[in-house]
Amino acid sequence: MSTAQLPALEIRHLTKHFGQTAAVDDLELVVPSGSFFGLVGPNGAGKTTTLSMATGLLRPDNGSVSIHGVDVWTNLVEAKSLVGNLSDGVRLFDRLTGTQLVTYAGLLYGMERAVVTERVADLLTMLDLEGAGSTLVVDYSAGMTKKIALACALVHAPRLLVLDEPFESVDPVSAANIRDILDGFVASGGTVIVSSHVMDLVQRMCDHVAVIDKGRVIASGTTDEVRAGSTLEDRFVELVGGRNTGKGPEWLRLS
Amino acid sequence: MVATLVRLRFLLLFNGLKKSPWQIIAVILGGLYGLVLLATAIAGLAVLRAAPVDLARTVVVLAGSAAIIGWTFLPVLSSGIDQTVDPARLAQYPVSVNTLVVALAVSGVLGVPGIVTTLAALGTVVTWSRDPLSVLAALVSVVIGVLTAIVGSRMLAALASRVGSGRRAREAKTLFVIIPLILLGPIVFLVSNGLKEARGILPIIADVLGWTPFGAAWAVPADVAAGDFARAGLELLIALATLVAFVALWRWGLGRALETPARPAAAQVSRRGSGLFGVFPGTPTGAVAARALTYWMRDPRYAQSLITIPLVPALLFFWGGFGDNLAILVWVGPVVAVLLSMSIYTDVSYDNTAFALHLQTGVRGVADRWGRVIALAVFAVPVSLVLLVASVAVSNSWHLLPGLLGITSGILLSGFAVSSVVSGRFTFAVPAPGESPFRSKPGGGFSLMLSTFATWSILGVLVLPELALALASFATGDPLWGWLSIPVGLGLGTVLLVTGVRVGGRILDARGPELLAQLQRQK
Repeated sequence: MSTAQLPALEIRHLTKHFGQTAAVDDLELVVPSGSFFGLVGPNGAGKTTTLSMATGLLRPDNGSVSIHGVDVWTNLVEAKSLVGNLSDGVRLFDRLTGTQLVTYAGLLYGMERAVVTERVADLLTMLDLEGAGSTLVVDYSAGMTKKIALACALVHAPRLLVLDEPFESVDPVSAANIRDILDGFVASGGTVIVSSHVMDLVQRMCDHVAVIDKGRVIASGTTDEVRAGSTLEDRFVELVGGRNTGKGPEWLRLS
Repeated sequence: MVATLVRLRFLLLFNGLKKSPWQIIAVILGGLYGLVLLATAIAGLAVLRAAPVDLARTVVVLAGSAAIIGWTFLPVLSSGIDQTVDPARLAQYPVSVNTLVVALAVSGVLGVPGIVTTLAALGTVVTWSRDPLSVLAALVSVVIGVLTAIVGSRMLAALASRVGSGRRAREAKTLFVIIPLILLGPIVFLVSNGLKEARGILPIIADVLGWTPFGAAWAVPADVAAGDFARAGLELLIALATLVAFVALWRWGLGRALETPARPAAAQVSRRGSGLFGVFPGTPTGAVAARALTYWMRDPRYAQSLITIPLVPALLFFWGGFGDNLAILVWVGPVVAVLLSMSIYTDVSYDNTAFALHLQTGVRGVADRWGRVIALAVFAVPVSLVLLVASVAVSNSWHLLPGLLGITSGILLSGFAVSSVVSGRFTFAVPAPGESPFRSKPGGGFSLMLSTFATWSILGVLVLPELALALASFATGDPLWGWLSIPVGLGLGTVLLVTGVRVGGRILDARGPELLAQLQRQK
């Protein structure tokens, strides 16, 4: 079997405890190669923890992760060269300019300087950051910071992109541009995993989706299968529960 | 409302501590250290009770003025030692400015530095317990003095936050601390002759300070004790006027801060091209070196570890009795080598979670280690050697040069080795990127002191062979031992460096995710 038919990401029995609480609890997930995969779940469901373990940033207590057939935790370096990663909640080396930061990422991946230089220029143009390439990243807006982090994830032309909350605080125009780039990436055979809170976006953008709650996958499949005729948002609320139907306490009603 | 805000301050402090038991231990040990200092200060003030009024006056006014000046100016420059309750965060709540003034003043007094200052100030009451009137005057002076110190710190912080709370303004303020500190070395050399007679001018300085906002409060009981009531009255007026002015200014600054919260400054500076990334080789090691050296130049936290370098000759000069004993200056080279080579043992902690990029890219631990060492070596080696040769030239002790070269090269190489292992394994409570380099997390200062002691001890053991050879040469006057220490220092140091980098690299490869998790907890 060639690697093309292997799933882009295969997670088996993945478990992670923080103290007494299980952040990820025997989680199973298969992301088909060439899919645009959405990962949704309420706050604290374990999305970020799962993605960190899947990309080699956080050691699981138990279970296995493989990327295109490469076992992540036994072949860390090989697996990491296949993945482009946009982590949520980690800092960047923000005393570098945008150009320097992406160059740094490229060189750390072990790429040739000439190739890196060329790609950095392409990426900055593609992400509407040409004007900001010589500005320190610490002076960027939140949206620009997301975009430069995305450029760092793309610079080595990975086969799998893992993006944690990529659209948070990105303006609508840039978000649309990023979506086009991701669509093109998928069309050319790449795989994208995005985690998001915005159900509309996931429903429009992703062909596959998984719902995570309390560290487990509670629904997974093509987007149409999971939403089962309803909207993804309604289906999500139905699956996860916890929706309050009341109108709130008496004192909050002004009339 | 005042009680709520004061309680909020303590809640923030305790919740912060709950995150790490080690931090609590460090805070307790740090507190004990503070207690010892405090006890010494109070004991000294009690002893002064028996001293003549003039001497007691000089000491109390100088120390009191130093306290008020320190409180007023240091927090601004260090972006606020105690900003646990940030007025800007309270802007959205309906709290009046007057309430805020009282609450922040009270929580300032009740903080650890506030309590220490108050207790030490109460020591002056003992100094002046010569007659009932002096005691009364001393109590009044303590109240005014302590309040002036605490309000002073808040006032300038509130005013300075108007000047600019953007990153660049903050860093400019840091430079204001760093530049005088760097200049301190040469200044000390220049004024050292004058300082020899300093003892004679101290009472004059104290007299002058007594008429300024900083010393007036402390001078009042001294003049009461001396029976000069007119002068005491005038000084009391100055002290009260100072306090009133400080409160008014603070209130005005707070009001402005609440109405127009500061906005980040717009970016202006731009740097074309890839900078140092084009200078170093286009390999992972070269990239890490380029990044690290860029940070040495751009990040004030790194600049802070550089300011100690020019202080070394100054301190040794002091020690040698202002030029009486120039021979002691030859230790400048080895001491600077220790400071510089050990300056990167907190390097990964300085990266904070940005270190995740190294993990994501799967860069080899060895490349990471070499890169950081090379960036440091680029300037640490020439700086140490230049200072070494200069110190030998100034003290005209060329016969010591070989031994000193052996020690210095050994220290540099072995220090890089120790740093490479330690920074790959342990994280330390250092200021986060963008925070003031002088801001210490609760207990952070003390744990850094402990780890510094530990790492320096290890370094001391590792350089023993070349150190022993060099000392043998100094003791016997036989230069052969000194010349021998050079190959030993270089050879042993190189072996240690290669080993240290490999071991550190292997630790990073094996424990990268755990290191990142440690960094995330510390964030």
